[in-house]
Amino acid sequence: MNILELHNLKKYFATQKAVDDISFNIGKESIFGLLGPNGAGKTTLLRMITGIFYPDSGEIIFNGKKYDPINDVAYIGYMPEERGLYKKMKIGEQAVYLAQLKGMKKADAVQNIKEWFEKFEMQSWWNKKVEDLSKGMSQKLQFVTTVLHEPKLIILDEPFSGLDPVNANLIKDEIFNLAKKGSTIIFSTHRMEQVEEICDHIVLVNKGKKILDGTVSEIKNRFKENIYRLGATTAPENLMTYIFEVIKHQPQELLIKLQHDSSTNDVLKHFIHQDIAIRSFNEVLPSLNEIFIKLVEGTPEARQFQELN
Amino acid sequence: MDKIFLIFKREYITRVRNKTFLLSTFLLPIVMILFFFGSAFFAMSSKEKMKRIAVVNDPGLFKINLKSDSSKMSFDFTNGVDSNNFSNRGFDGVLDLNNDSSANKFTVHSKKQLGIDAKQLIETRLNQAFEKSQLLKKGIRKETLDSINKESIGKFGIDNRIISEEGKSEKVNAGINYIVGFGSGLLIYITMFIFGAMVMRGVMEEKTNRIAEVMVSSVKPFQLMMGKILGIAAVGITQLLLWMILMIILFSVLSAFIPMEMIQQAGEANKSMPGGMSGNSQMAMKMWDLQKDISNINWPLIVGCFLFYFLGGYLFYASFFAAVGSVINEDPQEAQSLMLPIMMPIIFGFIILSTNINTPDSKVMLWASMIPFTSPIVMMGRVPSGVPWYQLATSMTLLIIGFLFTTWLAGKIYRTGILMYGKKASWKEMFKWAFRKS
Repeated sequence: MNILELHNLKKYFATQKAVDDISFNIGKESIFGLLGPNGAGKTTLLRMITGIFYPDSGEIIFNGKKYDPINDVAYIGYMPEERGLYKKMKIGEQAVYLAQLKGMKKADAVQNIKEWFEKFEMQSWWNKKVEDLSKGMSQKLQFVTTVLHEPKLIILDEPFSGLDPVNANLIKDEIFNLAKKGSTIIFSTHRMEQVEEICDHIVLVNKGKKILDGTVSEIKNRFKENIYRLGATTAPENLMTYIFEVIKHQPQELLIKLQHDSSTNDVLKHFIHQDIAIRSFNEVLPSLNEIFIKLVEGTPEARQFQELN
Repeated sequence: MDKIFLIFKREYITRVRNKTFLLSTFLLPIVMILFFFGSAFFAMSSKEKMKRIAVVNDPGLFKINLKSDSSKMSFDFTNGVDSNNFSNRGFDGVLDLNNDSSANKFTVHSKKQLGIDAKQLIETRLNQAFEKSQLLKKGIRKETLDSINKESIGKFGIDNRIISEEGKSEKVNAGINYIVGFGSGLLIYITMFIFGAMVMRGVMEEKTNRIAEVMVSSVKPFQLMMGKILGIAAVGITQLLLWMILMIILFSVLSAFIPMEMIQQAGEANKSMPGGMSGNSQMAMKMWDLQKDISNINWPLIVGCFLFYFLGGYLFYASFFAAVGSVINEDPQEAQSLMLPIMMPIIFGFIILSTNINTPDSKVMLWASMIPFTSPIVMMGRVPSGVPWYQLATSMTLLIIGFLFTTWLAGKIYRTGILMYGKKASWKEMFKWAFRKS
């Protein structure tokens, strides 16, 4: 069962095709990564999912029904990249206010806020003003206000920017917790190591089009180049073989690339035959970062303005 | 609707709880009252220095009849004073009565410019002296003339009574109507700017704090705008009502004490002159009349119209102020050029009011009080002196239609502007946003 299905979404602005025919599905209770370079159309896509923009064409199915922004926003929590809060408002009141706008009752909101504040050790903040908080502290508050109303779909745009490692871990653990409790999380970033760590399923967009869609391991396998790392006790001397090609040669370690018609067992046989003791042998999969750079490379970082036909 | 109410509540409460709101609400009436009574007090107590004028070359026509005013001006007929040495001899000016030109103009030489009052006073005295000398020449006795003068000055006055359609006759006071009409027009003019700018700053705050995007993921931009506009409208009405109540309290408290002293003071000043006692009672009579005239005014109508036109005018322009706030970024300087086209019609309305208030039934006033761009300010100048009910109804209906239209139009600019960062939008772009479909 998918919580969200996008079918052929398009959104054109006066000078740009911001989102150009994108479709994908997001399964329930998964952590989904939406990746792409700056200006790829991520924010526009997210704004359509949150109901801020209407798509020019295409369809959004939310929870099995056609998406109805006016009622369904209550089930969505959105933390935009450009985030902010009312500076002069007291923190507790502000959280209650934002939860009420999502349709929560005041008493429920207060209850939930107290639980979250306890979890994040923010109890003493209730009567402070936002302008008194540091950037990291207001980031935590922002996260709380995003998930307060127990949304089914949580959209986080660069949630870790500006956080120290301790607080980043705190938020990360909460993201896992929320997914376990049944929320679906859309996670937009260009920090690839976080994606590898957190996401089950990713989509890569560039220039308004989807260029990659799948689970993290599946994508890594799709882009593998048959490279293996081999550790040996003594340095092998005779490396002239048709089985593989040596990419990197270190005293006790080799990085090799298999030829098309050979298998990993051929490599092992080759070394066993030479009576070289093998300490380790494992496949080196490309990191998402490498895949990302490979796919996006050559396209200018900031998008050029395209002519509309 | 729920969400508009939530936003409305927040906007209202955060503003009313603010210290500046409390300060401006309670200090302004006090400052205004102090200003009012203070300036009245100074005007009464301050005496201008007496001016001494030397008169030379009198052909004999004026000498006996040119009256010296004991407090303001004295005329001295001395010899040997001329335009070169008058200030050395302690005179402020020298009046040369040698009239050799055919035009009936004399010359006053002075070191400093004569004030308008002083110039008029000299002219009046000269003309009175001439009139008196002519009358004496025709054989009227001086004593007769003096007693006639004393009796006739300020003897009669007029009251203006309006006959209504039903045949009722009512006394009106044009002066008070002028003050009430102009005052309420001015107040609407000022408050429209104050609360319009408040809307604009609120929108700018949401945009620069980057909370706008968080908000529009929960509510529609139009709800966000309307909640803010209505919330600030409620702040405005609260403040105006508080001002009215405070003013009434302060006025009644102060007028119970200070004016009595002032009347006494004025009376004492008059005692030194003949007829001082009558001056005192005359003044009390005038005060009494004035109070009766003030209570004769149809206050419920005026206060009702005032609140309606304040609200209507504010709502008519507030969405434009919101739209301007939504298209500018951090730099408040950018607001100036965009504000100007919004401010022009408001200022224009005030100019019409202040130049035509003495003719409340003229064509200009009629039209300006119908067109929603100027009607909130101009109509208030007409209401105290009576406006036919069908004109009032037309003007109010047009204002309501106008505000629905401007809100719809500006709402579309706001919706796009609030999420745009970077470059300030040009007029052309804003126009496109406003008139595109959906």
